[in-house]
Amino acid sequence: MTVLFGVLLLTLLVITAVAIVRTTNLFVAVMLLGIFSLLIAANFFILDAADVALTEAAVGAGISTVLFLGALALTTEFERTPTPHRWLSLAVVTGATLVVLYATFDKPAFGDPGAPVHQHVAPWYLEKTPELVEIPNVVTAVLGSYRGYDTLGEVFVVFTAGIGVLFLLSGRRRSAGERLHVSPQDSSTGLRSHVIPLVVSRLLTPFILLFGLYVQFHGEYGPGGGFQAGALVAAAFILYALVEGEQRGLEVLPQSALNALMVGGALLYGGVGVMGILLGGDFLDYSVLASDPVSGQQLGIILIEAGVGMTVTGVLLSIFHAFAARDRV
Amino acid sequence: MQLVLDMLSWILLTAGGGFVLVGGIGALRMPNLYTRMHAASVTDTMGAALVIAGVMVQAGLSLVTVKLAAILIFLLITSPTASYALANAALLAGIRPSAGTAADLEDLQ
Repeated sequence: MTVLFGVLLLTLLVITAVAIVRTTNLFVAVMLLGIFSLLIAANFFILDAADVALTEAAVGAGISTVLFLGALALTTEFERTPTPHRWLSLAVVTGATLVVLYATFDKPAFGDPGAPVHQHVAPWYLEKTPELVEIPNVVTAVLGSYRGYDTLGEVFVVFTAGIGVLFLLSGRRRSAGERLHVSPQDSSTGLRSHVIPLVVSRLLTPFILLFGLYVQFHGEYGPGGGFQAGALVAAAFILYALVEGEQRGLEVLPQSALNALMVGGALLYGGVGVMGILLGGDFLDYSVLASDPVSGQQLGIILIEAGVGMTVTGVLLSIFHAFAARDRV
Repeated sequence: MQLVLDMLSWILLTAGGGFVLVGGIGALRMPNLYTRMHAASVTDTMGAALVIAGVMVQAGLSLVTVKLAAILIFLLITSPTASYALANAALLAGIRPSAGTAADLEDLQ
């Protein structure tokens, strides 16, 4: 049954991918990319990767779509006429596809218990997590503790991306009165005259924030963690900014606070690592953080997940505001 | 008892699937944007509600049912809002509701 669903979802994925390439309307392409993300999230879910599925659904289908639409508002809706070098790109894509197809012949069969991924470190993680970290969600233990360096790198990548977007886009921020689509007497750009979205979003925002906090702090016990929670909290604030006006969104959570979140999250993560050294362990060794190693591990994971959540929220909201602040270029 | 619950759940799931199917056919076959939206909105109100109700019967009295109920309430609030926002955006973009097909096709292109 799982194989049947998997084949169906992957087929839909290929159809969506072809449609994304074929369409010249960028708005349609953005919507199809959202569908693509939802399909791949469903695929992750039937492969029992609930943590990844949650991230993909929140970031890929949710936030990216909003950011793409924000970028589209600055450019045109239609693709430019293609450059004449299409045969070259076709050759490159065909070559890469053949190489990937050739590489799949060496891979173990789907669900093969003897595959290296099930034989290498995974059994150790599954066996030792209840003893060393004592949390039910092994994914969080792997992500936060065993593979703490990788996650630190991911946080720094997100942080760097945020800084890059801010450097590129936020140079020429205009005041509300100067911006073209805003009349000076009405500084709210949102949907405040539309009662239904206003009421529904006011109703939902607290619950989205609550769910974000649940995902943040329940990551040790169920699917979730800093990345997913950061995306959810950012989604709540983006919804608020879309409905109440971007300016009001910035009043609630100003850019200085977003910068503090971005930097603070990365610093918190790195600081936990340095704390490990100062207390006599290794970098990102949480066992020394508390009196006994197990609660040290749990404390370390909670702290670094908080750092991840802060950075992701700050970066996503900064990118959103950077796009929203620009007029058509 | 289990048999009754299973049958009830299957009836709900099949009915929900039927509504999703009808919504899908309607979204493809209806003549213009607003009638298509009308057909498609059946999918995420009646279709989703019945499917979730069917799964709730399967889950019994457990935490899963509470979570499904939360999802159901969330969908019942957000789906009509999304339909409203879509119809409103279409109206603002200049697509006029009309009985015919030709005018709408012109608007869409």
